[in-house]
Amino acid sequence: MANLPYDSSGSIIQRKRGGPPGEGAEKGLITLPGESEREIEDLAGGTYLTTTVDTMVNWARGNSLWPLPFGTACCAIEFMSMVSSHYDIARFGAEVVRFSPRQADLMIVAGTIVDKMAPVLKKIYEQMPEPRYVIAMGACATSGGFYRAYHVVQGIDEIIPVDMWVPGCPPTPDGLMYSILKLKEKIQRGEVRR
Amino acid sequence: MSTLTKFSAIPYTGPAPTNRNPYVPAGAEIADARGEVIAAALQHPGMTPELGQDMPSFIVDKEQIVDVLRALKESEVLAFTMPLDLFAVDYPGRENGSRESGVGSRSNTSDLQSPNPDLRPPTADTRHPGRFDVIYQLYSLKNNERIRLKVRVADGESIETGTPVFKGLNWYEREVFDMYGVVFDGHPNLRRILTHEAFQGHALRKDYDPAQRWILTENDVAKIIPKIDPRFENVDTDYERVTLNLGPSHPATHGTLRIVVTLDGETIIGADQEIGYLHRCFEKMSETHTYQQVIPYTDRLNYCSAIINNVGYCMAVEKLLGIEVPARAQHVRLMLSEFMRIADHLVCIGTNLVDMGALTNFWYLFQPREEIYGLIEACCGARLLPSYTRIGGLAVDVPPDFLQKSQRLVDMMPKFINDVEKLVDRNKIFLDRVVGVAPISAEEAINYGFTGPCLRACGVPFDVRKATPYLGYETYDFDVPIAEGGDTYARFLVRMEEMRQSLRILQQAIERGLPEGPVIVDNPYVALPPKAKVYNEMESLIYHFKLIMHGIQPPVGETYFQVEGGNGELGFYVVSDGTKNPYRVRCRPPCFQIYSAFPDMIMGQTIPDAIAALGSLNIIAGELDH
Repeated sequence: MANLPYDSSGSIIQRKRGGPPGEGAEKGLITLPGESEREIEDLAGGTYLTTTVDTMVNWARGNSLWPLPFGTACCAIEFMSMVSSHYDIARFGAEVVRFSPRQADLMIVAGTIVDKMAPVLKKIYEQMPEPRYVIAMGACATSGGFYRAYHVVQGIDEIIPVDMWVPGCPPTPDGLMYSILKLKEKIQRGEVRR
Repeated sequence: MSTLTKFSAIPYTGPAPTNRNPYVPAGAEIADARGEVIAAALQHPGMTPELGQDMPSFIVDKEQIVDVLRALKESEVLAFTMPLDLFAVDYPGRENGSRESGVGSRSNTSDLQSPNPDLRPPTADTRHPGRFDVIYQLYSLKNNERIRLKVRVADGESIETGTPVFKGLNWYEREVFDMYGVVFDGHPNLRRILTHEAFQGHALRKDYDPAQRWILTENDVAKIIPKIDPRFENVDTDYERVTLNLGPSHPATHGTLRIVVTLDGETIIGADQEIGYLHRCFEKMSETHTYQQVIPYTDRLNYCSAIINNVGYCMAVEKLLGIEVPARAQHVRLMLSEFMRIADHLVCIGTNLVDMGALTNFWYLFQPREEIYGLIEACCGARLLPSYTRIGGLAVDVPPDFLQKSQRLVDMMPKFINDVEKLVDRNKIFLDRVVGVAPISAEEAINYGFTGPCLRACGVPFDVRKATPYLGYETYDFDVPIAEGGDTYARFLVRMEEMRQSLRILQQAIERGLPEGPVIVDNPYVALPPKAKVYNEMESLIYHFKLIMHGIQPPVGETYFQVEGGNGELGFYVVSDGTKNPYRVRCRPPCFQIYSAFPDMIMGQTIPDAIAALGSLNIIAGELDH
């Protein structure tokens, strides 16, 4: 591993200024994602870069999440707030809300999932193309919340895998936004693969 | 901070709560007298008056109930034309011949303080045995009065269905069947409504464990085949008949509604809905929590206008306790209720227009809504689901600049409303999609038990704020907007105008100013004493401890209180057995009956019409499924 010109864990992109490939390989290393924003911007000035495909793809994926709002209850209203003008999730590249699971890669489960809804949730999750990510928004999706009741799923991880849990009842739009940013980091680090 | 004083005098000098005595409502004599008049007018042998209730109340023989319902509806003098509610209460103790109210049947929750058995309501008359009280509540638009009919049913017995008399009873009967197992003979479609197909048992029975779940797998899901409307049954067209499923996860169904339609070409010739995809067991949860702890659950009924639910529930319990809320708290409750009504309508109109492709309005309308949430956040720290009221008043006082903030909102709001009106009101595309779409006549709407904007869009000026004013609405000058036609456009117009009327109320409320004084009652059996006193006075510490541990204990009895919610009459029926937990909390969700009429409204129209109509009904799943 040590002989390779780049870190094979996939988190470093090696960039070369001028000249043919292989020349000055140790100079101008740029780390992705986002260890230093300025250096990423430098990318535009370069002529070429080398990296692993995984790193580049993860970097792109994290910056362009297409959410599928599986909104059932109160949290869905806060999700709407996050999408609408005041909070504006478009600033972080996740504004392309798709209601078809086949066009989305991030499922935001916003609201209580009851036993009657559980097969629907599972089916829709299975219809999403891979890689797919899931955010459990709010107390109900996370753990059933304060509905410890005969008809409420006690956390959606009973049914589908979850990448991010957002606390709150309901979480504020900022809270949900933060979770999307955290998920983005996680994807770009290459931790979420499925 | 006051200095420590030992054994200071007890600050509270009012009467102690008498949870050992039965509840006597304020207007009981008037209700009893009115009950006599009604009984005399009907002359029906199956009705036995039940005295001492908050509205005229009768116990009706099981066999006679449909007869009585029909007589009440068709009587020219009484004209109880609107079915408001139908629900049940379970008294398992009664069947074994024990005392009437079934109060002693709760073992795990009432162990801290069990009520004195000698002072419970009188024992059951032998003429009406049975474990369940099935309760009908009707309303007369003509006389502006309500009536309550109770039918007692034993386990395994059945009642005749009331659907031929009132269409609005259809879903309620299914709900009672689902929750209690009471069978309604002759019901057109008696299947479970809120719980799923694999569910066993009846959840609201007292012997059902609140946490007992049943798992539904995909294989268990029953297929719904809608019944084809007789009008289209024999119509021969060139098209193939297709059954199409919409929802429950569909952008236009707002989350959790599911509609199965049969299409002939593009025409809807059969439709059936399935609800319960957000049945979060509000009523069962209320029974396992104390009166104060129920307040956050009420928030999540209609989550677009949470404070109105808080106010409705708290006022029902306050009615049971017989306490008067301080003027300052009433004023704040009224103002925030109106702000919430506006927020509710903003969400409704905004999302409805998005469904029709008018996205701009969504951005326009959500901006003032955020500002309203900013005001509520300033009051109590929460945005969407504030749980701001308490039984007896408010959780905390409003910020000092509450009125200035409100004035700013009231000033900025008309611009947004007018902008949206300008954008859509003369828009050809919009008008083509809403005018004459999904109409319902006034008679049908009343028969289904519509309330709120959807009823007013049919030209019926029924508004709880005018009919039975609360919080001092009678002292405000505002109009009840009505429209003609009962179509999607009429509902849109009514909602727009209602926002303006709410702003009028708010302007008057701001001009009157906030009354000085506390925001919660000075009654240590209801409201927690201030922290400074708890730390410094023995009595306050004891009151604090008692209230936290034993909760509020209203007198034994039952009451119903209604407020005007964002979608119509939001009522809470609370039964107390004298312990810290409610024996039964029934929420009358206005959406429930409105949505049950949906297939009738869209029959013969197209799918896009149905989508536009659904948005205009403002079905909130939390409220619909409780």
